[in-house]
Amino acid sequence: MIQIEQLSKSFDANCVLDKVSTTFEQGKTNLVIGQSGSGKTVLLKCLLGLIAPDSGEIRFHNNAFSTMKDEEKRILRREIGMVFQGSALFDSMSVLDNVMFPMRLLTDLNEAEMRDHAEKVIQRVNLVDANNKLPAEISGGMQKRVAIARAVVMRPKYLFCDEPNSGLDPKTAMVIDNLIQELTHEFNITTVINSHDMNSVMEIGETILFLKDGKKEWRGTKDDIFKTDNNAVTDFVYSSELFKKVRKLYLDQ
Amino acid sequence: MLKHIGQYFLMIRMIFIKPTKGKIMRKLIFKDIHDLIIGSLWIVGFLSFFVGGVVSIQTALNIENPLIPKNLVGFATRQSVILEFAPTFMSIILAGKVGSFITSSIGTMRVTEQIDALEVMGINSINYLVFPKLIAMMLLPFVINLSMFLGIFGGWAATIYGGFSSSADFIEGIQLDFRPFHVVYAFIKTFLFAMILATIPSYHGYYMKGGALEVGKASTVAFVWTSVVIIVVNYFVTQVLLA
Repeated sequence: MIQIEQLSKSFDANCVLDKVSTTFEQGKTNLVIGQSGSGKTVLLKCLLGLIAPDSGEIRFHNNAFSTMKDEEKRILRREIGMVFQGSALFDSMSVLDNVMFPMRLLTDLNEAEMRDHAEKVIQRVNLVDANNKLPAEISGGMQKRVAIARAVVMRPKYLFCDEPNSGLDPKTAMVIDNLIQELTHEFNITTVINSHDMNSVMEIGETILFLKDGKKEWRGTKDDIFKTDNNAVTDFVYSSELFKKVRKLYLDQ
Repeated sequence: MLKHIGQYFLMIRMIFIKPTKGKIMRKLIFKDIHDLIIGSLWIVGFLSFFVGGVVSIQTALNIENPLIPKNLVGFATRQSVILEFAPTFMSIILAGKVGSFITSSIGTMRVTEQIDALEVMGINSINYLVFPKLIAMMLLPFVINLSMFLGIFGGWAATIYGGFSSSADFIEGIQLDFRPFHVVYAFIKTFLFAMILATIPSYHGYYMKGGALEVGKASTVAFVWTSVVIIVVNYFVTQVLLA
C-alpha cells in the first residue's frame, strides 16, 4: 500500500501537483487518469524518487520516504518495478539480457540461476522465441512484455506503469492491461498505472484517481465512474460518442 | 554558466560514489575501450601519417637558405608532432569522433528513459555510464603514442619519396637536441585531455533535455565546449610546464 499526503510540486511558478492526497491499495491495479499536463507523470516520478516533491509525504507500507535512510531507500528501490511509456529497454542488450539485467546488478545469483528465473518470467508474459532478439527486432507489444518481465523479475512489491499501452493497437493494449492485472493479483503487488486510455479504465481500473490541473479531482472505482456526476470526470471520460453511449446503456440498465 | 560548471563538478563526484558491481563494470570498460579507443585507431593513424607528411613537406619547401642544415626537416617534424600535433590536434579530432559518440549515446539513453530505468533500479547511472568511459579514455596516451610514431614516420616517408632530404639527414634531425621531458609534457596534457574528452561530452549527454533533435544539438555543443576547454587547458599546461 502507498499513501500520499498533501503532495505538492512546482517547477518555477508552474504548480504541477497541488496538495494531492490518496491511497494506492495493495493487490489492486490503481489507475491515475487525467489530461496531458495534469500532473500524472510528475506524481509517478515523485513516487519513484526521481523527482523530490516540494512538500507532502509518500508512505510505502507506512514508512515515510522522506525520513528513510539511504540504505532503506536502496532496499525500497529493489522492491519497485517500473514499466516506462517507451519501454526503456537497453538497445544493446538482447531480450534475455534485458530481463536478467536487474538480477545481474542487484543479486548474487549465478548465471544459470538468473537465466532460469528470467526464462520463467519471459514465459509468464507469453513471449516466445524472442530471447536472443534485440529490442529493435521485436514489435511494440513484445517490447512492452519485455519491459513488464524486467519490471517483475525481482518480484517487486510495487509496480509503476507509465501509459503502458500507448502506441499499441486496442487488442494488444487489452492483452497488456490484462497481463499487468494478472501479475498484480498473482504477486499481490501495489500497482500504479498512469493512463489516459479509457479502455484501460473500464478494463482494469480497480481504483481510479482523476487529476485535473495538478489537483485530486475525483477518486473511485470503474463502477463508480459510470454513476459519478462530477462534470470534470464525465467531460474527460465520456468525451467520445462511443463512451457516451456505453454510459447511457449502463445507466439505463 | 556557473550552474553548468557546478553541475559538472557534482557529476564528477558522482562518478566515483556508489560503484556498480565489478563484474558488470569490467564488461562495460572493455566495451568502451573497444568503442572509444580501438575504434579510433584507424582515423588517428590515417590522419597522423598524412599530416606528419605535410608538416615535413612544408618545412622542406620553406628552407631556401643553403646554410640551414637539411636535418631541420626531421627536427621540425618531430617537434611539431610530439609537442602539438599528436596530443592537442588529435584530441580535438577525437572530441568530434569520440565526444559526439559519448554525447549521442548517453543522450539517446536519456531521451528513451533508459537512464531513468537505471535510476529506478537503484543504480548510480552516472557511475554506470561515465566511469567506464573515463577508464577507457585513460588509454588515450597509447593512441597518442601511435600518432607520434606515425606522424614522424609519415614525415620521413614524404621527405624521402618527395626527394627533399636524405633518410640519414631526417633521422639525424629526429635525434637532434632531443629532450625526453617534451614527451613527458605531451603525455601529461594527453592525460588531462582524456579526462576532458570523457567527462564534458558525458555531461552534455546526461543532462540534455528534449528529443532526438536535441541529441544532435547536444553533440554539437559538447564538441565545441570540449575543444574550447582542451585549447585553454593546453595553454595553461604549456605555460606551467614549458615556459
